Amino acid sequence: MDYTEQTKQKGHNLVKGVLITISVLFVGIMLILPMVSVVTNALSKGFSFYVHSLTTEYVVSALVITLLATLVAVVVNTFFGIMASWALTRFSFKGKHVLATLIDIPFSISPVIAGLSYIMTFGRMGWAAPVINWINATFHTDLQIVFALPGVLLATIFVTFPFISREIIPVLNSEGCDEEEAAALMGAGGFTIFRKITFPKMKWALIYGMILCAARALGEFGAVSALSKTRGKTFTLPLEIDALYLSGDSDSIVSAFSVSSILVILAIVVLVLRNIFEYREKKSSNESR
Amino acid sequence: MYVELKDINKKYGDFYASKDVNLSIEKGKLVALLGPSGSGKTTILRMIAGLENPTSGSIFIDGKRVDGLAPSERGIGFMFQSYALFRYMTVFDNIAFGLRVKKVPEDQIRSRVKELLKLTNLEGIENRYPNQISGGQRQRVAFARAIAPNPSLLLLDEPFAAVDAKVRQDLRSWLRDMIYRLGITSIFVTHDQDEAVEVADQIVVVNRGRVEQTGTPSDIYGGPQTAFVAEFVGQSLPINDFYKLRGYEEQKNLYKGAIVRPEFVEVFRADNPTFKELVPVADRATVEKISFRGDHLELLVDVKGIKLTVSRALERRPVSVGDQMLAVVYRLYAFDHEDIVLLNNANLRDYEAIA
Repeated sequence: MDYTEQTKQKGHNLVKGVLITISVLFVGIMLILPMVSVVTNALSKGFSFYVHSLTTEYVVSALVITLLATLVAVVVNTFFGIMASWALTRFSFKGKHVLATLIDIPFSISPVIAGLSYIMTFGRMGWAAPVINWINATFHTDLQIVFALPGVLLATIFVTFPFISREIIPVLNSEGCDEEEAAALMGAGGFTIFRKITFPKMKWALIYGMILCAARALGEFGAVSALSKTRGKTFTLPLEIDALYLSGDSDSIVSAFSVSSILVILAIVVLVLRNIFEYREKKSSNESR
Repeated sequence: MYVELKDINKKYGDFYASKDVNLSIEKGKLVALLGPSGSGKTTILRMIAGLENPTSGSIFIDGKRVDGLAPSERGIGFMFQSYALFRYMTVFDNIAFGLRVKKVPEDQIRSRVKELLKLTNLEGIENRYPNQISGGQRQRVAFARAIAPNPSLLLLDEPFAAVDAKVRQDLRSWLRDMIYRLGITSIFVTHDQDEAVEVADQIVVVNRGRVEQTGTPSDIYGGPQTAFVAEFVGQSLPINDFYKLRGYEEQKNLYKGAIVRPEFVEVFRADNPTFKELVPVADRATVEKISFRGDHLELLVDVKGIKLTVSRALERRPVSVGDQMLAVVYRLYAFDHEDIVLLNNANLRDYEAIA
């Protein structure tokens, strides 16, 4: 190696070192430090206090609501995500682009607005109020959407709607539909084609999308906050944390951190799963080349 | 006629992908749909398969009108250009797919697939996935899959496009032999005239959504009926002011242009005794470019401003760029709009030996 190449190499190393330092510092200050502080604060009054603050009636209720909302959002969005991406990639019809754009709305709209728009639609003054009243009158039910569990579920579904179809659509588009045509030519029905050919192609992307959807559903605050006002009944974990923190005394602040640590743990689990499935997806798409 | 297309039109918006297409194909023939890319040949194939529907006209297979029938009800096997093998199924399951869909009993499926694996020389790789086998093997799997349900008509879209040049040659003769052995009526699409001439019994030349000409490879090669066919098939060189060439002066106002093939031109030196009768009727030619083509040379010569391409055997006297030689054009295809005629050199009518 001659002199100039050596200096070039040195310059390279310098750039590399600076870039790595900046990235590590940034991640450390912005992400790691706050997470560590959540855990240390959560445990600052001892482990028994930690366990106690996780087992209050309010927190248990919030955990159940959160997990329920996440489960419903993942199931519903998996179903609609598969249907929508199947329709958008395998059929051509009028308004296809409009539909594709509409699916993305939750990405670009503020969740609070989503929540408010549900109040305007399903609330006492909303468009759908007469329908809800009619159902309640006819079937002697007490169905309520806004400020009740259905509202929480709807809000969570709304904000996580695009995650699954956004993962599947690019995969299906890039793979083309020759295989589907070939199967149709041989007389396979739509469902057989989906089960044997389309679904295996999208499998890893779907799982990846479901994980992203779950991660988003667990942490949703804004939309749910607009539609959920009863602590211990319709509050989710993020709302419960907010309530604990805002109540102001030092015990509840520590409790807020304790409850937050559940979400941190769930986030780490999701992250690990995400990496596993991302790796599997890459591997399978490489194999198919 | 086994396959018949009657007055087929296919419109995409204002664009005609097929215009007034009429085609008749005899049972047991191997037919090539030949045309440049974008000529509409694949559209015709896909309409026969039922993957596209014609805007108007009717399609018959074995006397039965099939337009409006689903692809799977037409009794066809289709081989895709990309092969479209099912990537998450083994070779065995790929070949078995069509039979399984038809609910054939599993033991019959097994024996049929075994038979096809043997026929296509794929024994031993039936448990591999498509990404684990070679391009040539993939083509054979696609072929086996297409013929597994015993179709009465086999359609192949650019069957050789996805394999490299070396394998292509072997596959051509393999596919031809295979189709003859099975006696299955087959239609394949290609943009490669050599492929069409070598593999097919009958060629349908397609251009801009229309059928230009139908015939045996030698009909198409030796008797082009339109300017397009003359230019597209064979190594053809269009020239405008062909009447400047000696022997064609009288045709000046009768035709718009002409097409010359390398084998229609003789280029020689004035002192070559073999061609001494030709010297009085020849034009002067200047060698402008020499390209080595493996088994022959290709010369580009200038004759009165007209550039002609000629092939020259390697064992003839060496030439170099700038050499002054003589050239005679024995014959050429002259055309006026759509009509095309073969014109012989007027000065050579007496030289029977040459014709």
